[in-house]
Amino acid sequence: MSMIKKLTVSAIVALGLGTSAMAAGGGDQHIEDFDFSFEGPFGSYDVNQLQRGLQIYTEVCAACHGLKFVPIRTLGDENGPTLPEEQVIEYAKQFEVYDGDLEDFRPALPTDHFPESNLENAPDLSLMAKKRAGFHGPYGLGINQFFKGIGGPEYIASLMTGYTGEEKEQAGVTFYENTAFPGGWIAMAPPLGDDSVEFVDGHDADLHHLSADVSAFLMWTAEPKMMARKQAGFAGVIFLTLLSVLLYLTNKRLWAPVKRKYKTDV
Amino acid sequence: MSGIPHDHYEPKTKGEKWLNSRLPVIGLVYDTLMIPTPKNLNWMWIWGIVLAFCLVLQIVTGIVLAMHYTPHVDLAFASVEHIMRNVNGGHMLRYMHANGASLFFIAVYAHIFRGLYYGSYKAPREVTWIVGMLIYLLMMATGFLGYVLPWGQMSFWGATVITGLFGAIPFIGEGLQTFLLGGPAVDNATLNRFFSLHYLLPFVIAGLVIVHIWAFHSTGNNNPSGVEVRRGSKEEAEKDTLPFWPYFVIKDLFALAVILVVFFAVVGFMPNYLGHPDNYIEANALATPAHIVPEWYFLPFYAILRAFTSEVWVVQIASFVTGGIIDAKFFGVLAMFGAIAVMALVPWLDTSNVRSGRYRPMFKWWFALLVIDFFALMWLGAMPAEEPYASFSLIASAYWFGYFLVILPLLGVIEKPLAQPATIEEAVKANYAKQNGGTNTTATPAE
Repeated sequence: MSMIKKLTVSAIVALGLGTSAMAAGGGDQHIEDFDFSFEGPFGSYDVNQLQRGLQIYTEVCAACHGLKFVPIRTLGDENGPTLPEEQVIEYAKQFEVYDGDLEDFRPALPTDHFPESNLENAPDLSLMAKKRAGFHGPYGLGINQFFKGIGGPEYIASLMTGYTGEEKEQAGVTFYENTAFPGGWIAMAPPLGDDSVEFVDGHDADLHHLSADVSAFLMWTAEPKMMARKQAGFAGVIFLTLLSVLLYLTNKRLWAPVKRKYKTDV
Repeated sequence: MSGIPHDHYEPKTKGEKWLNSRLPVIGLVYDTLMIPTPKNLNWMWIWGIVLAFCLVLQIVTGIVLAMHYTPHVDLAFASVEHIMRNVNGGHMLRYMHANGASLFFIAVYAHIFRGLYYGSYKAPREVTWIVGMLIYLLMMATGFLGYVLPWGQMSFWGATVITGLFGAIPFIGEGLQTFLLGGPAVDNATLNRFFSLHYLLPFVIAGLVIVHIWAFHSTGNNNPSGVEVRRGSKEEAEKDTLPFWPYFVIKDLFALAVILVVFFAVVGFMPNYLGHPDNYIEANALATPAHIVPEWYFLPFYAILRAFTSEVWVVQIASFVTGGIIDAKFFGVLAMFGAIAVMALVPWLDTSNVRSGRYRPMFKWWFALLVIDFFALMWLGAMPAEEPYASFSLIASAYWFGYFLVILPLLGVIEKPLAQPATIEEAVKANYAKQNGGTNTTATPAE
């Protein structure tokens, strides 16, 4: 028992050293630790935050960036933004998609995906929260993922808030200094500022809040089944813990006569 | 089987007799499950069951994943996202399959190092060991092929780097690499054949697993004392052994359940812990990632591959002697495969006639150093190829080869082993005497 534990722990520690080191090398980026509702085994998405994030994405990010892996209908899924069906249909209509059967463009349906990026250099955002790692700790072990995730949404939020105001021009392209971006200079102009978006319920719309909201939304687009996954995790852990206890007791009873024989023999 | 005297299956009913005279399948299952097993097996003997479970898990989840996956460069990445978003339970299938590969390798490394410590590779179990090494090689091939399938950046560039190793072989390398890739570079043909082979190899592994089990059922299990089971009579054998069912089946299942608790916690709460974020970026032949790193289970051998640069004198000598045929790159490839080859040859490199490390006072320390060396190499494999990591990698690689090629052959000659118990039964008794703090040893004179 203790041997298995020791081995598993040492293996996990060793792996941690490996993975964290792999992700390192991005320079000295500053990633702020935002407090998201979906962190840790018990965390879950905040529906209102996802809806605000969707609004920010639609009004700001979508001008350049796409979400090509995300079907629009999933906006109505539970544990997501959970929009009512008629709102999803209405929302879809604002996008034009090319229909191969019609050989023409038509308004999108919920069954279509979000459009691709409009700008060639604007990366697709569907998986952004999973393809950037913000955290590698503690001590480079990476095991704070268990409580905080890999820091992808933190990276996005820090990128939104990380502009210093400095600009420079290189080969006709303007670069903006950003404390979260690897290398420190990014081609994207600051997309968000205080009150760039107005919420109908009057929710805070300062830069910090907007950054957190859109990052939470992008975590959902990257991992829409996070809640189902955590539930399955709990079911597995609880069931198997119970099974372990029963098997432990069975094993103990099974071996008791064997052990008793030797204990009295000796 | 196993040459250890024990009760065999006797068909009793008419139906059983009918079947048994035509196909003795019940007898085969009975003898396999009831095989006499040394009663002193410790908790390091549970990894076999974990490995068998992993193989089944990977095949079952993999077959279902293959139903939804598309091996085409334009569609592969999107089809994985389709699995993650639209397939019922698809996200769990994929995360279990990806993390299942890691559990598989944790288990196989524990299993191999257990064998190395307790001398499970020594006569008469050399064939079991060699078959095991073949399984391990095929596992690495399968793991590598599978990692290419999601067609992310690490998939693509990992495939480029690893197939490039074959390109380093003199004369035939370039042709071989083109043959493996199905073209001049990693492309659709590569993805197609990798998918096909990734589906095939697990079944080859399953076949070899049967041979592996057959082999050690023929010789009987090794055990922590390294002393063979007495085979003089059934009564004698029964003092050293217990039947596999139920004693070891239940014990192994308990250990498996505990390990799966950890596994489900990882899958449920941190499924991307062992993955690389870059693999969520779709493969792009025009953008090389800043850091190309293989999966964690390849890192020790990746470190050995990179350790031998053109500045190392052994490499320079090899290059000079062969007239440049063996350059630094090819030397690295040879070293990497050599590191596995020396491990496969350990039955003939270890000259000691004492099987278990428990009774080898000097061996113990060198072995502990080998375990540390393995983890050090794993860590170094993930570090950038620069100082001081390059020098450390070279030292760690040198120890790996030194352990198998110098230390093991020498130890058998110079080491003075401790007294071994005469039988497994005695080893068990000694173990209990130790556990009882020696209080009961006063009772032994009565025996």
